[in-house]
Amino acid sequence: MAHKWGMAADLDRCTGCGACVTACHAENNISTVGAEQAARGRAKHWIRVERYWEGEFPDVHMKFRPVMCQQCDNAPCEPVCPTYASHHTPDGLNAQVYNRCIGTRYCANACPYNVRFFDFFNPSWEKPLHLQLNPDVSLREVGVMEKCTFCVQRIKATAIQAEAENRELKDGEIKPACVQTCPATALVFGDLNDPGSEVSRLARSPRGSKLLEDLGTLPKVTYLSKQTQP
Amino acid sequence: MSSVGTMQPVPDQVRADLLRPLLRTSWKFYSLVLILGAIVVAALTAWATQMTLGFGISGIRWPIYWGFYVTNFVFWIGISHAGTLISAILRLVNAGWRRPVTRCAEVITAFALMIGAMFPIIHLGRPWLAFWLFPYPSERMIWPNFRSPLVWDFFAINTYLTGSVLFLFLPMIPDFAVVRDRATGMRRRIYGALALGWRGTPTQWHRLETAMQIMAVAIIPVAVSVHTIVSFDFSMAPVPLWQSTIFGPYFVAGAIFSGIAGLIIAMALLRRFLHLERYLHPVHFQNLGKLLLMMALLWGYFVFNERLVTYYGNRVSDMQVFWRTQRLTFAPLYWTMVGCNFVLPLVIMGISRFRTITGCVIASIGVVIGMWLERFLIIVPALGHKYLPYSFGVYRPQPVEIVITIGTFAAMALLYVLFAKFVPIISMWELTAVQHPGPALIPPATAEHPLGETHA
Repeated sequence: MAHKWGMAADLDRCTGCGACVTACHAENNISTVGAEQAARGRAKHWIRVERYWEGEFPDVHMKFRPVMCQQCDNAPCEPVCPTYASHHTPDGLNAQVYNRCIGTRYCANACPYNVRFFDFFNPSWEKPLHLQLNPDVSLREVGVMEKCTFCVQRIKATAIQAEAENRELKDGEIKPACVQTCPATALVFGDLNDPGSEVSRLARSPRGSKLLEDLGTLPKVTYLSKQTQP
Repeated sequence: MSSVGTMQPVPDQVRADLLRPLLRTSWKFYSLVLILGAIVVAALTAWATQMTLGFGISGIRWPIYWGFYVTNFVFWIGISHAGTLISAILRLVNAGWRRPVTRCAEVITAFALMIGAMFPIIHLGRPWLAFWLFPYPSERMIWPNFRSPLVWDFFAINTYLTGSVLFLFLPMIPDFAVVRDRATGMRRRIYGALALGWRGTPTQWHRLETAMQIMAVAIIPVAVSVHTIVSFDFSMAPVPLWQSTIFGPYFVAGAIFSGIAGLIIAMALLRRFLHLERYLHPVHFQNLGKLLLMMALLWGYFVFNERLVTYYGNRVSDMQVFWRTQRLTFAPLYWTMVGCNFVLPLVIMGISRFRTITGCVIASIGVVIGMWLERFLIIVPALGHKYLPYSFGVYRPQPVEIVITIGTFAAMALLYVLFAKFVPIISMWELTAVQHPGPALIPPATAEHPLGETHA
């Protein structure tokens, strides 16, 4: 049976430290743009930590929500792309083919989560960051869209390794950079088609919900949070 | 029919008046072309700079990925609905007063479409790969994605452009022949080629009339579909206030509305600078002014409908954008739009005393501004306030976008000026319709017969 990769993010565990953001930048060769351009809305954080305040003063709680591409099963970004740069893979990933992208930015407008990023300039890194580029991830030139891939390079590498060793993939064997880095183990990655996997178990949790679920995008990221009576 | 002849301008006089701009060139023409050309070159330089330095020099940002460029795209495609659609409808109902109006209208369509179609390319991140929208047989067997409204756009605009150019060209053939017969040298050869061997035989007239009828019928559904498909670019995406079933007719109405306004402005300028007072009468402006009034009412109805339904539905994400335009950041622009698009034309065009040429031009300028704002207000506020409050954003247009926007208006004016220089801007043979053995046509409008109905 084909895999269906999904993630779970436990908001009760997330401390908002931002390690996932840093790990993602390092793993996926996401260029930094500097403070000035970041203020102009050009920063590219494939995963970001949104901070929200809940409750009325003085009973106020701070909630962090890591938001990455939700890898929707019914993704609004896919049908609108005129060149198939944004398309669905057999294992349920929402792939972005940089070489095929002509930069209409329609996918980013259609995305309700605003997790797609445009390359406004050719990539550059402040020294010595240019020495730590990941050889497994392609660089993106000016004018294309990019976004979270669930670290597809790690998924493929692990799957190839398992095939070479003639065995099945183990649950938890594949770890995207954000999952690997999270000190609070708030992020869990795995196969949603395997009912016994950790991520499947969490997806069925009564604490679970999907982001903007009512839009019908069928996201594959489950957010876990203590439910309270309003 | 003899009485009709006396009502019309003498054919020789018509030719002299309408061929004058082709044969005589003043220094004013050269300086105008120079100024407009300089602005167009500035816009092209701005675009080249954007390609060289990167798209980052524009004001586009996360999450507002469409701004001035897409606004201009929708605006110019809207303006293009002036010509062909209006002229086709007026031809089909055989409104006699259309005669001097049709060609200046059809030219607007052709040029506005060319300019509008530039914007999807200008706004691309990698415009040098725009040809991937063509369904050409590539060696990698990759086709464009036919589910994407942008691909529909590509086909709709190309169909409309081809149809409009044909529709514009057909009735120019007899006029090219007139120029050919009076010109010498190089000019004679060029116009001879354009006249496609026109001799004015009854068979040729008959074929021309038939072709015109077919084109007039065929172009109307194409024109309606084009702006419906442009509206699909928005209504197909799950963005607050974009996902609306009313967008198709709303956009078509807005397009015709701004198109008529553009036509009135163009006609007033032609009348003044080419001294066409004998052909473009106040009655033409009055008739177009009435059309403008009708479209203003229709536009007002659509806006009211769209706004009320949103307000009553009261969805959180929709209301964010709703109040942003109605009362908050974008409110000054919004109410300017309502004033320009509804109040102004209603007052000026609704009161017959104000329905003069000047009045029509003032109302039309208002409508052009208002309709540009309308497109901007549909695109930008919605993208800036899309669902998650964390990713709200503010769009600030940058010099490169402003220069390119101004440049397109100059480009439109330049193309129009050049066209009026090389082609009689009013169809000569249609003005003197009874001179050829075609089907009996209704004579042109005069002061006594404002609608050009049969005089006898």
